[in-house]
Amino acid sequence: MKKMKLVMVGNGMAGVRTLEEILKIAPDLYDITVFGAEPHANYNRILLSPVLAGEMTLKEIMLNDVDWYEKNGITLHLNKTITQIDRISRKVIAADGFEESYDRLLLATGSNPFVLPIPGKDLPGVITYRDIKDTNAMIEAASHYKNAVVIGGGLLGLEAANGLKLRGMDVTVVHLADWLMERQLDKTAADMLKKSLENKGLKFLLKKQTTAILGNGEGRVARVSFSDGEEIPADLVVMAVGIKPNDDLAKSAGIHCTRGIVVSDTMQTYDPRIYAVGECASHRGIAYGLVAPLFEMAKVCANHLAHLGIGRYEGSVTSTKLKVTGVDLFSAGNFQGAADTEEILLHDAVGGVYKKIVLKDDRIVGSVMVGDTGDGAWYFQMLREKKNVAEIRDHLMFGQSNLGNTGHQGQSNAAQMADTMEVCGCNGVCKGVIVKTIKEKGLFTLDDVRKHTKASSSCGSCTGLVEQILASTVGGAYAPQANKLKPMCGCTDHTHEEARQVIREQHLLTIPSVMRFMEWRTPNGCASCRPAINYYLLSTWPHEALDDPQSRFINERAHANIQKDGTYSVVPRMYGGVTNSAELRRIADVVDKYNIPTVKVTGGQRIDLLGVKKADLPKVWADLAMPSGHAYAKALRTVKTCVGSEWCRFGVQDSTQMGIDLERAFAKMYAPHKVKFAVSGCPRNCAESGIKDVGVIGVDSGWEIYVAGNGGIKTEVAQFLCKVKTAEEVLEYSGAFLQVYREEARYLDRTVHWVARVGLDYVKQRVLEDAEGRKALFGRLLYALQGEKDPWQERAQGVAKHEYQTLATVAVV
Amino acid sequence: MNAPEKAIMNEWINVGAVEDIPRLGARVVQSAHGDIAVFRNADDEVFALLDKCPHKGGPLSQGIVFGRHVACPLHNWNIGLDDGKAVAPDEGCAHRFAVKVVDQQVFLNI
Ligand SMILES: Cc1cc2nc3c(=O)[nH]c(=O)nc-3n(C[C@H](O)[C@H](O)[C@H](O)COP(=O)(O)OP(=O)(O)OC[C@H]3O[C@@H](n4cnc5c(N)ncnc54)[C@H](O)[C@@H]3O)c2cc1C
Ligand code: HEM
Ligand code: SF4
Ligand code: SF4
Ligand code: FES
Repeated sequence: MKKMKLVMVGNGMAGVRTLEEILKIAPDLYDITVFGAEPHANYNRILLSPVLAGEMTLKEIMLNDVDWYEKNGITLHLNKTITQIDRISRKVIAADGFEESYDRLLLATGSNPFVLPIPGKDLPGVITYRDIKDTNAMIEAASHYKNAVVIGGGLLGLEAANGLKLRGMDVTVVHLADWLMERQLDKTAADMLKKSLENKGLKFLLKKQTTAILGNGEGRVARVSFSDGEEIPADLVVMAVGIKPNDDLAKSAGIHCTRGIVVSDTMQTYDPRIYAVGECASHRGIAYGLVAPLFEMAKVCANHLAHLGIGRYEGSVTSTKLKVTGVDLFSAGNFQGAADTEEILLHDAVGGVYKKIVLKDDRIVGSVMVGDTGDGAWYFQMLREKKNVAEIRDHLMFGQSNLGNTGHQGQSNAAQMADTMEVCGCNGVCKGVIVKTIKEKGLFTLDDVRKHTKASSSCGSCTGLVEQILASTVGGAYAPQANKLKPMCGCTDHTHEEARQVIREQHLLTIPSVMRFMEWRTPNGCASCRPAINYYLLSTWPHEALDDPQSRFINERAHANIQKDGTYSVVPRMYGGVTNSAELRRIADVVDKYNIPTVKVTGGQRIDLLGVKKADLPKVWADLAMPSGHAYAKALRTVKTCVGSEWCRFGVQDSTQMGIDLERAFAKMYAPHKVKFAVSGCPRNCAESGIKDVGVIGVDSGWEIYVAGNGGIKTEVAQFLCKVKTAEEVLEYSGAFLQVYREEARYLDRTVHWVARVGLDYVKQRVLEDAEGRKALFGRLLYALQGEKDPWQERAQGVAKHEYQTLATVAVV
Repeated sequence: MNAPEKAIMNEWINVGAVEDIPRLGARVVQSAHGDIAVFRNADDEVFALLDKCPHKGGPLSQGIVFGRHVACPLHNWNIGLDDGKAVAPDEGCAHRFAVKVVDQQVFLNI
């Protein structure tokens, strides 16, 4: 079949991003031809400012070079401006008469700088700031001339002024409004910004209206004059007074435009064969002037062009960050506030820090920050997710405290870190490498940074730092991912919650049936969605859905933890941490018989045999004759206990027995992630119940239950759930808590993540207030656990033999 | 021992039946080159790679198989079963071995 023809007009960031997305999902669908008015392949426009400032070179900001187009079979016409669209015979016509026909047309023409309609606007030496040509003109001017005037004190104007100053010019910024960046900053923030730029040597004229630009004898610009009669010298004038969507081409072809090419949620114009993305498009009345929305537009547009037609673009919330080295500034949403909003303010004029958070109905609706913008990404994320912040309101101003986070030297503010400091302790990635990779590879999303640098791709505790680095490197182009909308993985657009719901409502029992029903894009998923679905099936339909070992990670498939040399570890269960001489003797014998190199006492009060060969596992289990400790599984691990009232002179409850009872009841319980318990016999809390998924503490009159603690990467103290009188109640309440978690959390959520999302109040309502519901939950848990076999003893008797044996041994060559 | 060596080098060796390998799974064949992972995907295609991830040597046979890829169990690199290549942006290649299936029997050419 002949391929369809896709023609793209405008070789900029939005358009090329759309092509990249198409190549990812439908590489063979189209013959692609691209027209670009500029003589360059695709470059990162937002990094023109660092180029002007002398911090980067043009080569460093290329995103896709000419080779990229060639490699992907794309015909590229540089230096060719399209001037006409013939919609009837479906072709585009260039200024030089060149024609190309299309089946689908993608308009990505960006925007044009707005030029003040004043006398002298066309004089040599008067330029705008949009592309490489303009940037080169400024760099050139800076080496010959002295006085620069920048008209416009917005984002672009200030970045231009800063660059010119760094290149040695004497720069005055002229601004019409009462303060700088009035669309992004309030007066206080703007004054602080002005002061710090003045310290860098910039001059400002506010509330000034430019009326004319005057030339010298040779016809080059010489002076600028204002409505109040004042005049200042100027050898270079940069107009940065705003942009307007470049919809001329579309308009001339009769496509509906209102300050931008009007597009639907699928990025189609009024002519459904013609799409528009980027700054030239007007979506629901908004034409964006930042990069962040382009990525979502590009995704949706590509999806539609590839005939998948699932995605819809529903608009973006944007934030602003100024890319002037040494000046920290952040703004998002409604930063001014209104009658029905509240503000939290922090203003340290001497220290140069100003933070304002605007709240409405306990939700962040806007924020502006100067000096310390480390938490900008965090606030912005909550703003986008419309998260209720009532509970954390007291701490909001002090930021996302990363206290207790380990692995990156306790740092929580990326800006203060040196390039050589380690950000990701798991993968040994330091800040300099991340910044360099972001710039060189042109990355914009957290996922991209993870893929290319591995930073934050393991334990994730440094995610916040990486996000900050990303935000400060690419400026407003960074769009934090909204958690809510996040699909499970690249195989689908559906979320975890949607998958669970479909499994429940449609009574689905197998992975293929889920994938078919939800129209998975891949034939059998990937290593992140298959284990999740397998768990959702098992937890929703116990005794009905069949476990699929091939969709489990190796540890759960082999029922032992794989070690870095490919051997395995074996941790037998010791209920409540209690053992006896017979067990210890068997363990000792096994160690000798199988030459097990390391025997270690774990942090969970049991014994770990490390370095067991895979083929020996079933025999080791048979000889041990002890149940699996599930140390390898997303399941109940240990119940840590202290000695308690039986021996301890402080003890008020028999914590050891309570621990044994809990462990016997809930062993073999699979969950979204690992689950750890602890039981202490008195408030001295020797078993460290405060940092466990469920922590139980004996008091004189009964037991206190704490939930959702975590002792790992990010230490989280467990929250008080309730106090009960009897051991039976401890079982019922903690069991009910676990069952809500098992039924509703996302796969790989620890209890702490899940409770942080749904709130402790929700947990209390399900487990405490609704007595019937609690009993039902507990009942469902017990039903799920009923008859669950011990995986080790099954395998010792020959189940899944193939897992432990080699297929064949080939004679020595 | 020269003669048998040659014979083996250019010959197809039967290592077992397709059925012996779990669908979307793998089994290991021990050889003088080291362990070889023999994979079977959902379409019953069979592939063979050296059981050593190009990253840090993880045992690919223990990974999760999907489509024509396997995810390494140690750090989740995705390796192509048909070409042994790591999926971008990761870079590296696991050694491939020729495989054929005749009458549901798997043969390797090592
Ligand atoms: C100096 C500077 C700094 C910036 N800093 C930031 C920042 O920090 N954060 C942020 O989010 N955004 C920033 N932006 C804005 C950002 O660059 C734009 O939002 C983004 O580039 C828009 O992408 P686009 O593809 O829609 O348009 P563009 O990247 O402008 O691409 C449009 C292309 O189409 C070409 N074209 C137009 N008409 C035709 C035609 N008829 N035929 C052929 N080709 C045509 C143009 O020449 C241009 O190359 C900055 C912009 C500038 C200029
Ligand atoms: C007020 C503070 C504490 C007091 C008074 C206290 C007291 C005790 C006592 C008396 C015992 C001995 C029990 C026995 O006779 O065998 C004990 C055991 C223990 N304590 Fe503490 N302790 C305190 C804090 C801690 C803390 C903070 C930890 C851990 C971080 C801890 C961990 C342990 C452990 C692991 C045991 C062994 C329990 C066992 O044998 O199961 N204790 N503690
Ligand atoms: S928590 Fe109390 S009962 Fe348990 S060991 Fe510590 S002091 Fe004794
Ligand atoms: S056992 Fe845990 S803390 Fe120790 S090295 Fe391994 S992952 Fe890190
Ligand atoms: S060894 Fe395979 S991903 Fe690290």
